Parts: sequence; structure tokens; C-alpha cells
Amino acid sequence: MPDIAIIDYGMGNLLSVSKAFEHVAPLAEIVVTADPAVIKAATRVVFPGVGAMPDCMRELAARGLTEVVKQAAENKPFLGICLGMQALFERSEEGDCAGLGLLPGNVRLFPAEAMQDAAGNKLKVPHIGWNRVHQAALGTTPHPMWAGIEDGERFYFVHSYYAEPADPAVVAAFTHYPFAFTCAVARDNVFAVQFHPEKSQAAGLHLLANFITWEGNPR
Amino acid sequence: MALAKRIIPCLDVTNGRVVKGVNFVNLRDAGDPVEIAKRYDEQGADELTFLDITATSDNRDLILHIIEAVAAQVFIPLTVGGGVRAVEDVRRLLHAGADKVSINTAAVFNPQLVKECSDRFGSQCIVVAIDAKQTVWGAAPKWEIFTHGGRKATGLDAVAWAQKMQGLGAGEILHTSMDRDGAKIGFDLNLTRAISDAVNIPVIASGGVGNLQHLADGVKMGGADAVLAASIFHFGEYTVEQAKKHMQEQGIEVRL
Repeated sequence: MPDIAIIDYGMGNLLSVSKAFEHVAPLAEIVVTADPAVIKAATRVVFPGVGAMPDCMRELAARGLTEVVKQAAENKPFLGICLGMQALFERSEEGDCAGLGLLPGNVRLFPAEAMQDAAGNKLKVPHIGWNRVHQAALGTTPHPMWAGIEDGERFYFVHSYYAEPADPAVVAAFTHYPFAFTCAVARDNVFAVQFHPEKSQAAGLHLLANFITWEGNPR
Repeated sequence: MALAKRIIPCLDVTNGRVVKGVNFVNLRDAGDPVEIAKRYDEQGADELTFLDITATSDNRDLILHIIEAVAAQVFIPLTVGGGVRAVEDVRRLLHAGADKVSINTAAVFNPQLVKECSDRFGSQCIVVAIDAKQTVWGAAPKWEIFTHGGRKATGLDAVAWAQKMQGLGAGEILHTSMDRDGAKIGFDLNLTRAISDAVNIPVIASGGVGNLQHLADGVKMGGADAVLAASIFHFGEYTVEQAKKHMQEQGIEVRL
């Protein structure tokens, strides 16, 4: 029974995610897999992804993983990364595509007309680089996934679309570009981030290490 | 504005070693790629770019092993370029641990390759690299694109090309001034500004950095989103941290 199953559905650089977990948890059994049985047996599940939303949903379906991913998100600590966060929502403007619908809300393209800073400088899309992640208060206590990570720490982003949750209670962090957008969500067993912890040096590795010990919040 | 401007050390790799030339020739050995990558990571580099400048295909696969080794130890974004000709090359590099792949010569000969790759892997991982030389001076300057490591003229206008590449799905433009490369006299800021004004995707300035003020100028005067340099870091003149502190003193937002 693997400690961590990283879902392989043909989207993105899974090697980076698995190497980063191996680095923070050298004794853990970490597998990169598309096998539903292995994903079901794993203690924790990571749902990564880069690329386009329609491809993501198609590849999940083609591998028979759509329901497996939904179940994993219900049953055990579940970390979504980048496209793996966006796919949790109901719908994406990218290819006008339905998502998994685990969280209410939609995924939108950074609107061209809004992309300038206070000084009037053009802001580029994709949003690429290290930006500040402001942790949102969820109830009265900070989310355990943020333990030991400074509020406002920089993480590495690379994306053109962002999630807009319909329920503000799921917002676990936000980032300004130029407006505040949701860059992390949390509900029950799910914690998902728009940025790439596996590429965010010390802060990112810290977040992944927190996931190793996080027990989730089963409903 | 909270997004940090990036500093990207560039490692030119051939035969498994990092080298650096002047105006694309006269190569000098700078060391082992994995060791150098680790050093820059410790210094706070925001990304690393590896350019495989192997002239023949003999040692082409070496870069895959190097990227694998770096990706196991360095947890910041890695861009790899040099000799990328097909969708399959991009897939193999991403699989080895690259986060982004830069396409240069092949984009000129087959612009659709940029579209195929960005459709398949996403714009965020496709960087189009441009090597350009100034051909027209004065009030309306122009720059021409060269391919094959700077040896072949193409007749293509660099700024128009950057726009075309954006249209085909490039996620970033990395441009190198061949007039400045290795010369340590600063970026060609007019070129950087012309490209940055012409596109809406991030622009990485490269070619010519000789001191820390050159990096700051690339952002402040050239409008670059990221600045790339090799020589000043490889041979111990400056650390990445020193570069960031200098940029911060100039009012530029950096990750420290």
C-alpha cells in the first residue's frame, strides 16, 4: 500500500512532483500511477497537472480515472496542483470545458483589459514567476498545510487561468495579479494550489512535507 | 505589484560540461552542470536555463541525463533548449524533468511546431528563443533573426517574429542580442523594449550582461520580465543574491 500515489494521466511533469516528494520523504513509498487499484489503496493522493483543461478531462476519462479521482478526494488526504486544482471546479473557460465539479465555481482566463499594475505597466499572461501567497483564515485556525510557512511567502506560478470559487469558505490563500485571485483552496480532505510547490524551492518543499503528515478532514 | 522579476542563470552545455563563449564562439569551460545548478539554487536563482549547444547529435542524449540529475536535487523551474526539432523532443525533455522547453531554429523552419507543442503540452512550457542582430540603426531600428547558433541569417524581423510566435502559442520569448552576447556591455535595451512592448507574454532578456546594473537596466529600461545571464555568475564575479540585492536597491521587486 503506497504512502503517496501521484496520479499519472499523461499531463505534465510528474517526475518533478515525485522527485520533490522523494526529497522530503525519503522513506515513504511514492508511486506515479494510472492504476485505479493503486490509487484506491494509497494513503494519500496527489493530483498534479499542467496543460489544457479539455485534454485533462479527456485523459482522465480515457484512463477510467474520473470517478477514482473524485472518490480519492472524498476519502483521503488529497493534494491538487495547478491544473489539478482547476479541474476540481465545475467549469473552465479554457475550451469551455466541464470540470470534476467537486467544488462550486468556475475557472477563468486572466481578463486582458485588467492586466496592468497600479503604475499602468502591462502585466503579462501567462502569469509566470514567484508571487506572494497570502494565507486566508479558514475559521479560527490556520490550515495545517500552512504550518511553518510564512504568510506572504513566494511560490512559483505558471498559468493563464485561475479558479473563482463560488463558496468563499474554501479559499485557503490568494495572490494579487493585479487583482486578488484564489491560489489555494481547502475543504474536507482536499487541499489544492494553483502554484507549483514542487518548483518553489524551500517553501514548496515545506508544503509537500506538511502534506505527508496532514490527516485531512473527513466529512 | 507583487510578482517578482526573475533572475535566470544560463548554463550552456556541451559534452556534459558547462561552457561559455564570446559572440557564440571561443568556448571556455565553466564546470559540472549539476554542481553549478545546485550552487545557483542555493544563491536563490528563480529558474535555470540549460542550452544544449552540442553541434552534432552525438552527445545529444547527455542533456537528458543532466536534466534528470538536476531535477532530482534542484526544486526550481528548469528550461532546456538547443536542438529541439520535434514534438517528441519536447516530450522527452519534459519527461526528463524540464519544466519548459525552448525552441529556436526549428521554429523558424517550421512555425507550426510551436503551435503543435503548445497545443499538446500547454503554452506555459513553450519558450521561443530568438537570436537577433541589429541590422537597421536610427529612429526605426530593426533586428534580424539568425539560426543555427547564430550562423545563418533568415531575413526575419525579430519583433514581428515574436508577435507571430505569441500567436502560435508561445508562453514566453527569450531573446538574445548576438551583438552583445558575451561582450559584457549590457543588454541591447532597445531590442528588449521593442519586443516587450509588442507582445503580452513574458519576455526574458539575454546577451551582454557584464555587471549588476545591466540586469537592473534590462527590467527598468528594457521592460523585461526576467533577465538571463551566464558569465557574470559562472566565473564567480557576482552571486545571484548580490544581483537581487542590487535590483532591489533600484526599486525592482525580487524574491529574496
